[in-house]
This record gives sequence, structure tokens and C-alpha cells, in this order.
Amino acid sequence: MADVLIYLETAHGADGAVLKKPAAEVATAGRALADALGGRLVALLTGDVPPSGVLGRHGVDHVLTVSGDDYGRHLLAPQAAAVQAAVAQVEPRVVLMAASVLGKELGAFVAGRLGWALMSDVTAIAVDGERVTTVKPRYAGKALAHLAATGSAVISLRPNAIPPAENPREPAAESLSVDSSDSRVRVREVVAAAEKKLELTEAETIVSGGRGIGSPENWNIVLDLATAMGAANGASRAVVDSGWRPHAEQVGQTGKTVSPKLYIACGISGAIQHLAGMSSSKVIVAINKDAEAPIFKVADYGIVGDVNEVLPMLTAAAKEFLG
Amino acid sequence: MRVIVCIKRVVDTETRVKIGSDGKSIDLGGVQYITAPYDEMAVEKAIQLRDAAGEGNVTVVTVGPAAATKELRTALAMGADEAVHVVCEEPLGAQATTTALKAALEGREYDLVLCGKQATDDDDAAVGPMLAAALDMPCVAFAHGLAIEDGKAVVEREVDGETEILEVDLPAVVTAQKGLAEPRYPGLKGIMAAKKKPLANVDLVQGEDTVETVSLELPPARGDMVTIEPSEAGMRSLLESLRNEKKVL
Ligand SMILES: Cc1cc2nc3c(=O)[nH]c(=O)nc-3n(C[C@H](O)[C@H](O)[C@H](O)COP(=O)(O)OP(=O)(O)OC[C@H]3O[C@@H](n4cnc5c(N)ncnc54)[C@H](O)[C@@H]3O)c2cc1C
Ligand SMILES: Nc1ncnc2c1ncn2[C@@H]1O[C@H](COP(=O)(O)O)[C@@H](O)[C@H]1O
Repeated sequence: MADVLIYLETAHGADGAVLKKPAAEVATAGRALADALGGRLVALLTGDVPPSGVLGRHGVDHVLTVSGDDYGRHLLAPQAAAVQAAVAQVEPRVVLMAASVLGKELGAFVAGRLGWALMSDVTAIAVDGERVTTVKPRYAGKALAHLAATGSAVISLRPNAIPPAENPREPAAESLSVDSSDSRVRVREVVAAAEKKLELTEAETIVSGGRGIGSPENWNIVLDLATAMGAANGASRAVVDSGWRPHAEQVGQTGKTVSPKLYIACGISGAIQHLAGMSSSKVIVAINKDAEAPIFKVADYGIVGDVNEVLPMLTAAAKEFLG
Repeated sequence: MRVIVCIKRVVDTETRVKIGSDGKSIDLGGVQYITAPYDEMAVEKAIQLRDAAGEGNVTVVTVGPAAATKELRTALAMGADEAVHVVCEEPLGAQATTTALKAALEGREYDLVLCGKQATDDDDAAVGPMLAAALDMPCVAFAHGLAIEDGKAVVEREVDGETEILEVDLPAVVTAQKGLAEPRYPGLKGIMAAKKKPLANVDLVQGEDTVETVSLELPPARGDMVTIEPSEAGMRSLLESLRNEKKVL
């Protein structure tokens, strides 16, 4: 019997704290793991905490909350102190979190502190006898490693890898007091995005553009399609390096690795470093005027045509179909 | 500014991955190697910080095979001052790499440790924060901006579309995300100068890795592509099959 501790990230919604999207996936994976290990699923939340109904929806048995001035924003040292305090109390076999920017940093740091195994950015988790096993993409998804840890482990789960499942419970919440006196990192300023943007690595649908879009002025044909599809906007490196789009939008080996349900590549040739960042997408649609473009080798659906004609047509159809 | 930069020799991003005969690693026949792209950004940033301060030094450290001397020399040619090579032919996991790096840094004085956000072979994004934990230093991962002001690091990073500007006491560990710096190409002068710069080989301090790679496989092949006509009817049929067959809309 061994418990599983999950660390869930929250965000500020219109009516108070909400769980971030990957939290439901982390809870679902945590529930399955706790069942396999015959233990409880304990969730740790810091700062503002959503109502317990939200927390119980995906199978959480027990909730630990940590509040205080240090937890208004996510800073590594206090968050790590909270995880360590929760680990001391729960003595879990596995600590699980989302492989987000914050989660990857926190997971590696906590694993280092605890001297535990780390399996980061995994897409599947299972139990095999005494061992907790995971599947983890390596070489930018060009290979899948099967990993195993005999002892305790910290695991971060790639967003969109596991569909969330309902498993309602009524967890009791308990507050945990944490000594987090490390103030060596301080927030000086937070610059909000000009418009509320969907986080690329968490988005279910991504519309990406490449040099084939032609110019930064023409980018609205990409944004219009993204809006119609409820998608996040990505870009190739050629576009980012030309200054058409910000670094944060780059998909690929030196940008972000994304695995949405649907990836629509517009005017992107499909260089190996671009494929590295998106080839694990569930479904890929490619639009390119060159029928020989390598992007078509990984595409499930291909449209050979000019983005200036195809994108507005697809946008109009999507508005009608989804609207 | 005394900066340590941790760099890793990795297979080129263009590599076509084949599974090796042990079934646990890739076939390295004919493979080209490079410095991991984010590590190059970290080297460039370190050089810029040293030059902006007008004093200090940049030390590049790698844990890797004898052949990784090439990547260390490249960093020296870019402008790093000194290199430390922990020679180790077998690839290590994040835990053992951290142990080896920590041992290699012992007794050295420095203000800042820079890593790449992730090495582009194992894609763990782990060693930077793990090393910070081992060294008991503050850490900011995924930085796309970094400056030194009044003896403190001012670090920028993006979280959920917002840019956090953090003030960090030194010494600290920071990991490089795209945007931190654009690596320079070493010129002929740099390459010549690099030959005379100090490069020390040190013994590996072997730590434990508690994660085992059981096997490695290629991802499942994708099915054949369906061609869609660039017409209104084509767009409708695409959306219908995305919803009804693929269930992604
Ligand atoms: C170490 C390293 C790391 C890299 N990392 C990345 C990375 O993270 N991400 C990344 O994306 N790249 C990366 N690259 C760069 C990569 O090799 C390619 O250069 C880049 O992806 C090309 O971008 P692109 O497809 O937009 O441009 P191009 O290769 O120029 O392709 C443009 C495509 O648009 C098509 N096109 C043109 N006009 C139209 C039109 N009107 N309608 C329809 N189609 C049209 C063309 O047929 C062509 O296929 C990296 C390279 C290296 C060496
Ligand atoms: N063998 C190594 N030698 C030196 N630095 C390394 C090594 N492995 C990883 N690093 C550093 O840690 C970062 C993250 O690596 P990883 O955790 O393997 O993704 C890399 O970008 C390097 O800066």
C-alpha cells in the first residue's frame, strides 16, 4: 500500500481560483496509479484553492492546502518547501505533477532535494510488480523510452497525454503549515500578455504558420483560423527568427514541444527540427503549396494549395461548423 | 562575473533515430554530434555577461566522452576562458550527472551557473534545477532574459503567457530558454585562441541513477495521409472527419 501525492497548479479565474487544465489530467493519472498501488490519492494545493467539489471530481481522496504570503505567485523555493512538507506527512511512493514550465522545474528540484528518481515529461504511467514504469519521449519524440523506478519517484506528466476521467469523491481538506523562509528569489514585476493567450503546450488545438504565410502583415489569416478553431497560435523558427512572431510561439526542437489533439501546419515545410516539436500531435493537418513538402510525410490530412486561399476558406467553414 | 556553463554533447538534431542492438539506446553509427542548442545559448549569454561586467571569467563544464573535447573547444573558441571535462564514456541519467557536476564544481568560486533548459537527447529539463537543489542555490528555469544589476540577477521568464521578472540573489542556477541569447559563430581568431586556453580533464565522481531505461522504441507509424481538395466542400469534409472519425473537434 502506497499513497500518491499530486501537486496541482491553480490559476485565477473570473470567480476565484480554478484548477489549470492539466490538473484534471494529473488527478486522473494519479487516481489510476493510487489504485494500482492500493493507496490514497492526496492532492497538494498552494495559494488560493478552488472549492472541494472541483478537487474531488477526478478521484482525489484527500486535500492538503498551504496558504500564506509566499504562495500568491508560484516561486520555486516556497512551492518546493510545500511539497517536501506534504511528502513528510503523506510519505507517498510517487509525487506527480504536470510537465508545465513550473512543474518541470519543481519536479526536478524536489527530486534533487529528496534524492528520488525523476521521470520527467512522461506520456504514460503504470505499475509493474515492485516498479513504477513510465513512457517518456526522447530525441524530441523520435523515440519512446520505457523507464522504471524501483524506489520513490517524482513524475511529471506531459499535458494532453492522458484524457481526464470523472471519478467523484468528497475529499476532506486539511491545511498544512510550511516553513518557507527562503527568499532568495523575489518577484519584481509581472507583465501580463497583451491579450489572454492559450498556453501552447497545454492547448488542445494549435494553428501554426511558417514562412509560407509570406509576411507578418499577413499573419491575420493564421490568427483568424486559430480564433475560429479556438486554437493557440504557433510558428516555425524561420518566422520567429525573422521577427514576425515572438519566441514564445516557436514550435520545434529549440522551441516548444507540443502534443495537442489537432495541429494545423500552414505554410510550414516540415524540417526535422520543426517535426521534432509537433510530431506527437494526435492529428496533423498540413496546408502547403508544394506537394513534395516533407510536412506531408507526417500529416493525417493534406491540402495542397495556397494558404492565402485555403486558410480563409477553412476559417469560414470552421465558423459555420463549430459556431 | 564568474560564470559556470554546463554543456552537453548530444546527437545532432537532424539525426534519423534508429534503435541500437541493445534495444535501450539509439544506434550511433554515422551520427553527428553538436553542443545541445540551449547550452550554446547559455555559453553565449555567459560571455555577454562577463564582457558587460568588464571582469570575471566563463568556465564551461561537461560530463561526457573523450570526444566531447570538441564541444568544449568550440565553447572556448566562442569566448569562454576555461574548460573542465569530466570524462565519462557511458551516458548518465540526471541524478548521476548532477552528482558529477557538483563534484566538478567543488572548490571553485563562481557567481552564476548557467545550463540549457533541456538537453536535446534525453529531453529531461532536469539537471539545472537538480543541480540547484544539490548546491543549495536558488534556481530559475526557462529564462529568456537575464541581466546583472547591483550584484543580483534579474531574470525574465514566461509562464502562461505572462512574463515574470524575478530578482535573484547570487550565486544561482539559471537555465536558458530560446530568446536568452543568439549563439555566435566562433571566428578563426577565436578558434586559434581556443587551442591555448586551459582544458582540464577530471575524474568522474560516480553517483547513483535510480531510473532504469528498460527499452527504447520508435513511435508508432502514422497512417496514410488523406488528401483534401482546396475547396469549400473539401473544408467541410475535413471538419466532419476531424469531428466524427478522429474525434478531435
Ligand atoms: C539546431 C537547429 C534547431 C532548429 N530548431 C527549430 C525549431 O525549434 N522550430 C522550427 O520550426 N525550426 C527549427 N529549425 C529550422 C528548420 O530547420 C527550418 O529552417 C524551419 O523550420 C523552416 O521554417 P518554415 O517551414 O516556416 O520555412 P521554409 O522552410 O522556408 O518553408 C516554407 C514552406 O511554405 C510553403 N509555402 C510558401 N508559400 C506558400 C503559400 N503561399 N501557400 C502555401 N504554402 C506556401 C513552401 O512550399 C515551404 O514548404 C532549427 C534548425 C537548426 C539547425
Ligand atoms: N552530461 C552533462 N554535462 C554537462 N552538462 C549537462 C549534462 N547533462 C545535462 N547538462 C546540463 O543540464 C541541462 C539540462 O539537461 P537535461 O536535464 O539532460 O535535459 C543541459 O542543457 C545542460 O546545460
